[in-house]
Amino acid sequence: MPAADGTPADGTPADGTPADATAPASAPGEPNHGLRLLLLWLPVALVADLLIWFVWGPHLPPGDLSSSAASQQSDIKIMSVMAAPVMAFVLVYAAYALVVWRHREGDDEDGPPIHGNTRISATWIGVTSVIVLSLAVFGTVELAVPAGAGAGEGNTPIWKPGGGTPLQVQVIGQQWRFTYRYPQFGGFETTSLMLPVGENVQFNVTSLDVIHSFWAYQLGVKADANPGVNNVAYTKPEHTGQVQVRCAELCGLWHADMDNLGQVVSVSAFNAWAASSRTQLAALTKELPPYELTYDPNSVVQLGKAFHQAGLSGAGGSYYGPQYPVQP
Amino acid sequence: MSLPARVTTLIVAVLAVVGGVIFVVAHYLLGGPPTVDFAAASSGQVNVTMQTDASSDPAAVPDHPTWVSYFIKSPASGSWVHTTLFQVPAHTRVNVTILGYDGSTPVRNQIWGQVTGVTGGVAHFGSKAVQTVNGWNGPYLIQHTFAIPSLNISVPVEAGPASCTNGPCTGKDHSTTTFSFVTPAQPGAYRWQCFVPCGLDFLDGNGGPMQTIGYMSGNMQVVS
Repeated sequence: MPAADGTPADGTPADGTPADATAPASAPGEPNHGLRLLLLWLPVALVADLLIWFVWGPHLPPGDLSSSAASQQSDIKIMSVMAAPVMAFVLVYAAYALVVWRHREGDDEDGPPIHGNTRISATWIGVTSVIVLSLAVFGTVELAVPAGAGAGEGNTPIWKPGGGTPLQVQVIGQQWRFTYRYPQFGGFETTSLMLPVGENVQFNVTSLDVIHSFWAYQLGVKADANPGVNNVAYTKPEHTGQVQVRCAELCGLWHADMDNLGQVVSVSAFNAWAASSRTQLAALTKELPPYELTYDPNSVVQLGKAFHQAGLSGAGGSYYGPQYPVQP
Repeated sequence: MSLPARVTTLIVAVLAVVGGVIFVVAHYLLGGPPTVDFAAASSGQVNVTMQTDASSDPAAVPDHPTWVSYFIKSPASGSWVHTTLFQVPAHTRVNVTILGYDGSTPVRNQIWGQVTGVTGGVAHFGSKAVQTVNGWNGPYLIQHTFAIPSLNISVPVEAGPASCTNGPCTGKDHSTTTFSFVTPAQPGAYRWQCFVPCGLDFLDGNGGPMQTIGYMSGNMQVVS
């Protein structure tokens, strides 16, 4: 029944707004739940953030072997530190609700309605907006810094490292192995990835057949290898160590086995290795195609000539004749 | 629907699903090509003989395509087995002989024209030692390759004088490529493959036999 003052029996005012739309979150006689939640949440969030930053953070992937890897690790640390208090609040609130607001025997009343509480709505919208927008700005900036953040930037990279000409390393994907050419050392090609510490590196990534993806995990570098496309990625190794290279694009039967180990070594060790490889591979290098940023996977330059010399009609300079399926 | 009918339907449906799963798993485990065992008869070193053929006799590959393929000679029976799976002992010298019954196809990347990872650093085309073979823009010398990437082994296989189209072939002209390597001490499966995209009739030669175990790639199983 409505009360004598005209309000309905459930406490809703006659104008339809909730009874405590502008009232404090806690009814008279109730403890201050907001304050209690804050006092419970604050130490949990603080401890979680300290643990993430100082204990877990230094071990977060992909490590700090290179400038791009360290940047990615820092990004993950910062985002984890921002996310942990949110997660902590959800858990603390859920635990608090389970303990304090659990259903009691014989208590069949509804809880107080909070719909229309402007303070809670404004706080919720404001905090989440600040978090999401700041993460969007932070993430956008971090996509560019440093020097493209180790991602493939396509053939015409926007973000480049400063300070002189970087070491050029061409990464060639083919089913199912990566090979590497060093154009500044005579263009020799090898199955070993060797990099000097402390120098900027420019990876020119391409493929001879299908789409692969060059993922040098510890360097924080990942760039698709597309046939006929040069995809540029930069990094700067900051420490010596081992680099695990994997193909990160499903590329056929042995995709899972398309990996190899690379090394970041001192500048002097790299120069010695490069000079030695250049000499040892000289005979092979002479027979390699001239260094290009891309190679036509369906064409072998001298094939037509060789066919002619062999007295064969062949495929006219292509890998397979036009009667066979070719790259669309 | 009555309760017994519903229970019966449920049981039948569960059995059908379980049966299907068992069929698929069994087909996967038992349906692959056989493994030729060189470990059992080894005495200090192992002799592995293979051949490459432009295509196979349908009778030799029943229920399978007659694509370009490797065959491996069984040391027990002396017969050619349509497979690319073989088993060898660990830390043992393996002498490989590949009989080439296929024509020539250039490598897509000349790096695969180089011999690496083998004993002495060279392979032999017949009696001729080779270290680097121009398989990209030179005369026709290469038909396929044999490579175990994780061991850095890569050997171009000499082109044959003619293509045999009803493998496994015997008594016909062929090339002979030989080389040796030492198996690792660590047991396990070591992938080997041909790096010449020889899947004729497939996009850029990458499909068919290049994507099917038993044709142009497989595993070398190293056992202790």
